[in-house]
Amino acid sequence: MRKLFHFHGGIHPPSNKTQSTQTAITSAPLPTKLTIPFHQHAGETAKPVVKVGDHVLKGQLIGMPDGFVSSAVHASTSGTIAAIDMQLIAHPSGLPNLCATLIPDGKDEWVTLNPVDYRSHSVAELQQLLRMAGVVGLGGAAFPSDVKLRIGKQKIKTLILNGAECEPYITCDDMLMRERAAEIVQGAEILRFMLDADEVLYGVEDNKPEAIAALQQAITASKSAQQNKSHEVIAIPTIYPGGSAKQLIRVLTGLEVPSGKLPTDIGVQCFNVATAYTVHRALAHGEPLLSRVVTITGNVRKAQNYEVLIGVPINELVALSVALSDTNGYIMGGPMMGVPLHAMNAPGPAVQVPVVKATNCVIAASAKLFPPPQPALPCIRCTRCVEVCPADLQPQDLYWFAQSKEFGRAQAFSLFDCIECGACSYVCPSHIPLVQYYRFAKSEIRAREYDKLLADQARERHDYREHRIEREKREKAEKLAAKEKAAQAAKLAAQPLTPQQQTEQAELAARREHIREVAQSAVEHPEG
Amino acid sequence: MLSALLVMAGIAIVLGAVLGYAAIKFRVEGNPLVDKIDAVLPQTQCGQCSYPGCKPYATAIAAGEADINRCPPGGEEGIQKLADLLGVDFKPFGGDTNAPKPKSVAIIDESTCIGCTLCIQACPVDAIVGAAKQMHTVIASECTGCELCIAPCPVDCIVMLPIEEKISNWKWKYPVYTLNAVETDRAAEAALQRTNGRAPG
Ligand code: SF4
Ligand code: SF4
Ligand code: SF4
Ligand code: SF4
Repeated sequence: MRKLFHFHGGIHPPSNKTQSTQTAITSAPLPTKLTIPFHQHAGETAKPVVKVGDHVLKGQLIGMPDGFVSSAVHASTSGTIAAIDMQLIAHPSGLPNLCATLIPDGKDEWVTLNPVDYRSHSVAELQQLLRMAGVVGLGGAAFPSDVKLRIGKQKIKTLILNGAECEPYITCDDMLMRERAAEIVQGAEILRFMLDADEVLYGVEDNKPEAIAALQQAITASKSAQQNKSHEVIAIPTIYPGGSAKQLIRVLTGLEVPSGKLPTDIGVQCFNVATAYTVHRALAHGEPLLSRVVTITGNVRKAQNYEVLIGVPINELVALSVALSDTNGYIMGGPMMGVPLHAMNAPGPAVQVPVVKATNCVIAASAKLFPPPQPALPCIRCTRCVEVCPADLQPQDLYWFAQSKEFGRAQAFSLFDCIECGACSYVCPSHIPLVQYYRFAKSEIRAREYDKLLADQARERHDYREHRIEREKREKAEKLAAKEKAAQAAKLAAQPLTPQQQTEQAELAARREHIREVAQSAVEHPEG
Repeated sequence: MLSALLVMAGIAIVLGAVLGYAAIKFRVEGNPLVDKIDAVLPQTQCGQCSYPGCKPYATAIAAGEADINRCPPGGEEGIQKLADLLGVDFKPFGGDTNAPKPKSVAIIDESTCIGCTLCIQACPVDAIVGAAKQMHTVIASECTGCELCIAPCPVDCIVMLPIEEKISNWKWKYPVYTLNAVETDRAAEAALQRTNGRAPG
């Protein structure tokens, strides 16, 4: 039995997971229209490589990765590109972003797929293949996986497969592990190969015994994993937010990721189980990331997991599970960290937005399930938030600095170590929306740092320009002086001069000298 | 007694020599106060402060010749930063300065541009590219929005466009939540009002 460790704090909200694990994952039907955003991942927006009117095949590249941190975007089915324009997406701002609208032709016709055997490729080639297959982290942050696999010279000891799924209501990873454990294990082995890790630990919360059993069985059955004798499934205690990367690393290895550092700095890398599955599909089958498993739950008649194409409108998806009549809103993601979606015309993103690579769950909300927030009262410094903070912060101090806009002090109190898990808001007896304050403070600080960077660059360019103008003036003056000197020397050499000519020459030279001085002083004291 | 005096004198001489050496060795070029002030100015280089750029304005502030409330691009926050840095009181914008406006970038109408290069010469931060008789373009990410290129253009083909809110520059807003005074308790109500008053925006 492996020794497990604890992280500070954590909470036990009602899990509400059993509703959606009663039926197997079902494929959602092809909708009449898909809206595929070009920015579904952390980093730079992919560049459209198709035109309006183009016919595309399922799996065809429509967005080229653009920049180091970026990922490819593909057509989720065959059909016609009807538009490439700004469409609403599930973003807390409610602002639109660049999307391709795809009208399916119903044939679901694939491009030619090129499966590869990962063992016959270099790690760099595999990274490029994953980038072009649009593989990103499916745990929520949607960080491009190829970037997480570029580790330089760091030695990775432990690869962690995150199957904790700690947030209430969400069961997509649980169902994937139960039904497709073999492919997850094969994907994990590819990741282990690429990182050259010594061991692979699957962290799964102990409220998912079926998933744990399925993974164990898959490891025993898998040849390559067995060869390495390095894969191990570990049941971890169920506590929120135990599935957050830093906290999971702590529980499994006892190691602490230092503030401002990456897990790779301490020899650990972490991937979601669904990401491992996608890695396997992308290489062994040549299939880019076109669909994912999404939990539809909450105030619906039949909570369930669906295999959904990227770009399906969320309202059409929810309709499959039949939202009950008192549904008053939707949440994309979990109840702790998700983005609220409203009915059209209300402020914020609408429920008509498409499913993206980061969409793991949609919860139909009702006043009964999620009572409206109670009015906030002043902080009574009860320190309950401190007790539950998994990042070991002082949430009440962070709140104080954020609400009084003392950003420097908030930063000094490690604001950026906050993982926005919402545990503090959950327990706060004064119902203060603490996380909203942290998000506000973080984005203000980021914006200021960016402005500062731009100002510094502007200063540099301005200084360079001044310097250049000065130099040009000086060079002109020098050229003029050299010319005069040459002319004088030529004259002197031409003929011997009478004493009278000599005095004339001297006078001339003196006058020229004077003019030069005047010109020089004009350079030193330029007007304006 | 004498030895003690000698020791003290010796220490004084040594320390004096060290300080003198340090002053020569580590002498800071330029005026450090000017650089500190310049560091908090927005570097728009627009001249609205009536000085020919941010550095000259910083120099004037350092010399005590200029007030701290003359830079519109810096906004009130900029004045606050200067006040904090210099240890003086905040001052609202003075009478003759322009009111601050949202940050903009210059856009050249490329079909009208005649390639006269006048705007290139005017741009204080080299944000315009183009050669003589060629169409010119503003590098939006480098434009500080100073508006100095507008006046020289003989065909009036440069306009300033405010930077619009996009997903890439969107910021989380200050939390506003409705305070429903459902409680009848006097103390709770007073407390509510206090939170309310504390929350600007
Ligand atoms: S839990 Fe709420 S009331 Fe208690 S100290 Fe934290 S912020 Fe203040
Ligand atoms: S949201 Fe941030 S401050 Fe609050 S408990 Fe989570 S990590 Fe701690
Ligand atoms: S007004 Fe313009 S030139 Fe003067 S300090 Fe401000 S940004 Fe710089
Ligand atoms: S492009 Fe025009 S507005 Fe922008 S910095 Fe240059 S001169 Fe100023």
